[in-house]
Amino acid sequence: MKYMLLIHGASEKCTTEDWMVYGKALTDAGVYVGGAPLADQSLTTTVQLTDGGETVVTDGPFAETHEVLGGYYLIDVPDLDAATDWAAKCPGARFGGRMVVRPIVDFP
Amino acid sequence: MTGDVNASVEAIFREERGRLLAALVRRFGDLDLAEEVTSEAIEAALVRWPLDGVPASPGAWLMTTARRRAVDRLRRDQTYAARLALLQVEADRAGPPVVDGVLPDERLRLFFTCSHPALPEADRGALTLRYLAGLTTVEVARAYLVPVETMAKRLVRAKKKISGARIPFRVPDVHELPARLPGVLRAIYSIFTEGYAASAGPDLVRHDLAEEALRLARILHRLLPGEREVTGLLALMLLTHARRAARTGPDGGLVLLEDQDRSLWDRAMIDEGEPLVVAALTGGPPGPYGVQAAIAALHDEEPTDWPQIVGLYDVLRSLTPSPVVDLNRAVAVAMRDGPEAGLALLDDLAGEPRLRGLHVFPAARGELLRRLGRPAEAARAFREALELAGSEPERRHLRARLDEVGG
Repeated sequence: MKYMLLIHGASEKCTTEDWMVYGKALTDAGVYVGGAPLADQSLTTTVQLTDGGETVVTDGPFAETHEVLGGYYLIDVPDLDAATDWAAKCPGARFGGRMVVRPIVDFP
Repeated sequence: MTGDVNASVEAIFREERGRLLAALVRRFGDLDLAEEVTSEAIEAALVRWPLDGVPASPGAWLMTTARRRAVDRLRRDQTYAARLALLQVEADRAGPPVVDGVLPDERLRLFFTCSHPALPEADRGALTLRYLAGLTTVEVARAYLVPVETMAKRLVRAKKKISGARIPFRVPDVHELPARLPGVLRAIYSIFTEGYAASAGPDLVRHDLAEEALRLARILHRLLPGEREVTGLLALMLLTHARRAARTGPDGGLVLLEDQDRSLWDRAMIDEGEPLVVAALTGGPPGPYGVQAAIAALHDEEPTDWPQIVGLYDVLRSLTPSPVVDLNRAVAVAMRDGPEAGLALLDDLAGEPRLRGLHVFPAARGELLRRLGRPAEAARAFREALELAGSEPERRHLRARLDEVGG
């Protein structure tokens, strides 16, 4: 079962090394499917297509610091307990950060 | 004859439903399928047993029938079968397969699934009643005083989360137990307290619910005999429930501990609970349920040892600080040192947001003010408590007190 681990409000206190160690642990355990850090939230752009077919591009949105989605991991593990265990090990869970775990829909 | 068979069939189902369901969940890894074929097997038994007699091993009969139905169902629905086969590979990897004909006790897994932290806390007691105590959805709805459709929706939503997010059917590892067991205990205790201080309605105690909680705690205690907090929870509930008959008077009003008729206490339940308290408090640091059980045990003694109860509330406060514990401690201090000392502690708690809306706070204040001979203030407190109290016996008691102080 694949789960996306969404990193919200990750703390500046996490070092690059913390993230590298975690990424390596995921790979070594054979559960890593994908993942990426997101660039600074000030670079966020929103796109919508109106009913009239017009593309509207706007700046933002900008969330509160502790809500900012900073990146994600995609992992493949047997169940939710395994997914939350990995989420708890992620540097993003520390120092006030939060990991949000969402199962991925598997189309047959 | 048919009546006899039906009665024994009912009794078997009450006992076997949870076991059967848990074993099928273990076998097929799917709560929906397990639930469906459990019901079908029980329906089949209701047809067959009155004709053929109750089989020698009813549990094995039900399991064989249920498994056959499940296999039929999977033959008809290939997509479902494919999905479950995938789950099964993982289930098998997790442990040995079920031996044919024997019904192993897999209920511990189900306890942990029903109380999983990823499920809403409010639904965990309901799930436990539904899947481990074997109550119907209608009975669970009645237990929580909500409409049947509301409860059915809550159970369906919880089941969807279990299968969709794949909450596992597994017993946590030893190192995970300290984090996970309290959730299971809380779910069982919530069933007990729901039945106990019924928040509304004609009765003070809804014995059926309290007894379901006791039954669940006994099962859990059998499954985890070495877990001292499980022992403590069972002891706490036994030693509290032992006083049930004395808690309401002939007029249906609440009777305070000091006025209770001791001969109405359930001696057998106290005798069962007391050694469990000792076990719960032996061999390691005390847990909150063990300490609460010790407090309940002291309430079951004559005379009540208030100094020791205050000491235990101090311990409980250090384990699980809460204004409700402080409130109970203040009442115990009043019993030990006099109403003035208790009242001073209660006044320190005034304005505590977590006590707002609880009738027990003004009720306790009113009682202490009454004892101090301050009737006008007591009347005000009793009136405040009456506005908040839900159950009829408590309201009756408060009205009687209010009359007494001339309110």
